[in-house]
Amino acid sequence: MPPQQPALFADVADVTARLSAAGYLPDAQIATTVFLADRLGKPLLVEGPAGVGKTELAKALATATSSELIRLQCYEGLDEARALYEWNYKKQLLRIQASQNSADGGDWGDLHDDVFGEEFLLSRPLLTAIRRTEPTVLLIDETDKADVEVEGLLLEVLSDFQVTIPEIGTIVATRRPMVVLTSNATRELSEALKRRCLYLALDYPSAEREREIVLSRVPELAPALAEQLVRTVRALRAMELKKSPSISETLDWAQTLLALGLDTLGSDEVRQTLGVVLKHASDQTRAAAELRLN
Amino acid sequence: MVDGGLPAHLDGFVRAVREAGIPVGISAAVDAAQVLTVVDLLDREQLRHGLAAVLLQRAAQRQTYDVLFDLWWPLSDRPAVPAEVDEDAPAPEDGIPDADRQAALAAELRAELLRRLLDGDEEALRRFARMAVDQLGQGQPSPSGQSFFSYRVLRALSPDTLVSQLLDGLLGGADRGGLAEQVARQTVRERLAAFRAAVEAEVRRRSAAERGRDRVARTAVKPLADQVDFLRAQSADLAELRRSVAPLARRLAARLSAKRRLGREGRLDFRKTVRASLATGGVPVVTHHKPRAVHKPELVVLCDISGSVAGFSHFTLMLTQALREHFSGVRAFAFVDSTDEVTRFFSPGADVADAVQRIGREAEVVTFDGHSDYGNAFGVFAEKWATAVGPKTSLLVLGDGRTNYRQPGLPVLADLVRRSRSAYWLNPEPARLWGSGDSAADKYGQVIPMIEVRNAAQLAEFVTTL
Repeated sequence: MPPQQPALFADVADVTARLSAAGYLPDAQIATTVFLADRLGKPLLVEGPAGVGKTELAKALATATSSELIRLQCYEGLDEARALYEWNYKKQLLRIQASQNSADGGDWGDLHDDVFGEEFLLSRPLLTAIRRTEPTVLLIDETDKADVEVEGLLLEVLSDFQVTIPEIGTIVATRRPMVVLTSNATRELSEALKRRCLYLALDYPSAEREREIVLSRVPELAPALAEQLVRTVRALRAMELKKSPSISETLDWAQTLLALGLDTLGSDEVRQTLGVVLKHASDQTRAAAELRLN
Repeated sequence: MVDGGLPAHLDGFVRAVREAGIPVGISAAVDAAQVLTVVDLLDREQLRHGLAAVLLQRAAQRQTYDVLFDLWWPLSDRPAVPAEVDEDAPAPEDGIPDADRQAALAAELRAELLRRLLDGDEEALRRFARMAVDQLGQGQPSPSGQSFFSYRVLRALSPDTLVSQLLDGLLGGADRGGLAEQVARQTVRERLAAFRAAVEAEVRRRSAAERGRDRVARTAVKPLADQVDFLRAQSADLAELRRSVAPLARRLAARLSAKRRLGREGRLDFRKTVRASLATGGVPVVTHHKPRAVHKPELVVLCDISGSVAGFSHFTLMLTQALREHFSGVRAFAFVDSTDEVTRFFSPGADVADAVQRIGREAEVVTFDGHSDYGNAFGVFAEKWATAVGPKTSLLVLGDGRTNYRQPGLPVLADLVRRSRSAYWLNPEPARLWGSGDSAADKYGQVIPMIEVRNAAQLAEFVTTL
């Protein structure tokens, strides 16, 4: 069983307030789900298109709860040795050779215990997160990029917050880390993994929330221009593009307008700066045609 | 709440979610009960998002879930709502108002709607929708009770005719045409859709109170996007489906390329191994291998693009397009009653909808009457592109196998299958219809594995077993 520990947040409003203070504006769905993840002690699986603020949420959580962020970036071919722990075999080998060369030869039993001790254990993100006694946010980023086998590995860690190392024994978390998994949904994660997590589907924000995000991140931008910008981005998202503009690209666009000293977003300005939000040539052509830029 | 209190009510809700095609395990149901103990039950949105977090596993399920949630945890449980109704709205009349008064009321509400839409406050718009349904949506009272209809509200208010005024309002005197208008149009579209959805939700809520929510739930819940039949998909579904097919293609490509990369390692790289062994005192702890020379898989897609399978072929062509972006060895052929190579239309970065149109215009897929002729199509393919299918090629045939009672061309297909490394036929018709009427699917099925792919979910299943 995961250890009992005091809750991080008092209620949903508290989540909203503290995440906002950390520079992340959550909507009701995000705030409620984060609150539940804390209260129920379950990992939080955040799924959504690229650039809607999945990773950003984990970072803001770490800031809001003054925890340390430990990040496991998933990729194809990620294995136990990179995710959980590894024996430092080079050091082990040197240790063995050193004992062979010494005069007394050394006792094998002592040597064995010595070689499989703390000193030779290389802790990887999952084990590090579990062994920490300070508040921790464990971010497992882009879980869908990892192979299916890694999910099996995550199951033990995420349901019981423990890791079994054959030579040492089972290490149980003294303090349960707050776990955030992100996924771009390029593949369906296994049922077993999803069952252990709370599910949060992030999508592009509502017009109102996006405007607030833009204004909080780029405070120098005039509110009227932010409004115009957000509505233009929404018009772009309504098209069938290869890659819809993400929140981070909206922010980039806001920064661009600011840097160029533009105070309105007309056809000319959009045509000049479209490359900031659309990064496929075919998308740009299509957007230019549908927005009647020419 | 119903008899049995909160737990029984939650149980009913969970069962309704399950019936709507969202798999909810026992542990999820237990978690749902736990959620009730943690969230603020007086805050409906907290409850909605909280239960969604434990009951759902995919973003596509959210729409269905929201409809069911509104039925099971209706707004009327909060007594505050009627008091919030607008003060300047006319007082409700007893019974059905006569025609004049109805018209005056509609005109007044229409003006109100215009104001609300211009304003863009979603919560106010929802409140207004509830009031409009109350005032305008009543049908004839029947012995079974009062019924409400969304079409009555939408006809009386005809929100679509407000577009021009809304545009004027949003543009604020700026010129029509160009970027500003397109952006404003999108905003108007969104707000109108939100209003329509609010009206429908309110009508569902009232009907549920009247007729029982189980009956309403069954009719109100639309099938999930990936369960929609390719052959019966409507244009709204199509856009949704296209979104779901794109990641599918990426997934397939990722799988195929992962297999290629993670295959067995090649011969020992002696030099690299010795070099690495220096770090461990000359003991070769880790062996290094030369990467294996990989054979690029070749894929030949042979796709029926006749009218009867238009919806289906669109998706399969999208799949082809996505594969083209990852593999050089993909060749696409389209046929109606003759066959033509269409690979050139799918250059990386090309737009699929565009490509499909160009295929219709430019490719020589029709020589006679524009009805499917599988026999001739296979014949032309085998004759003109005899070298396209070889021992390294995977062949994918897409079509419903309806030959219009013409020659099915079985021997030609059997020969193609024999020459290829692997071959599959994806059929968008339900398996029970194979072989009925002019369908030769059962005959084809004897020479090539035929797989039923009626919706995106089945396509995904095929892709993952490949």
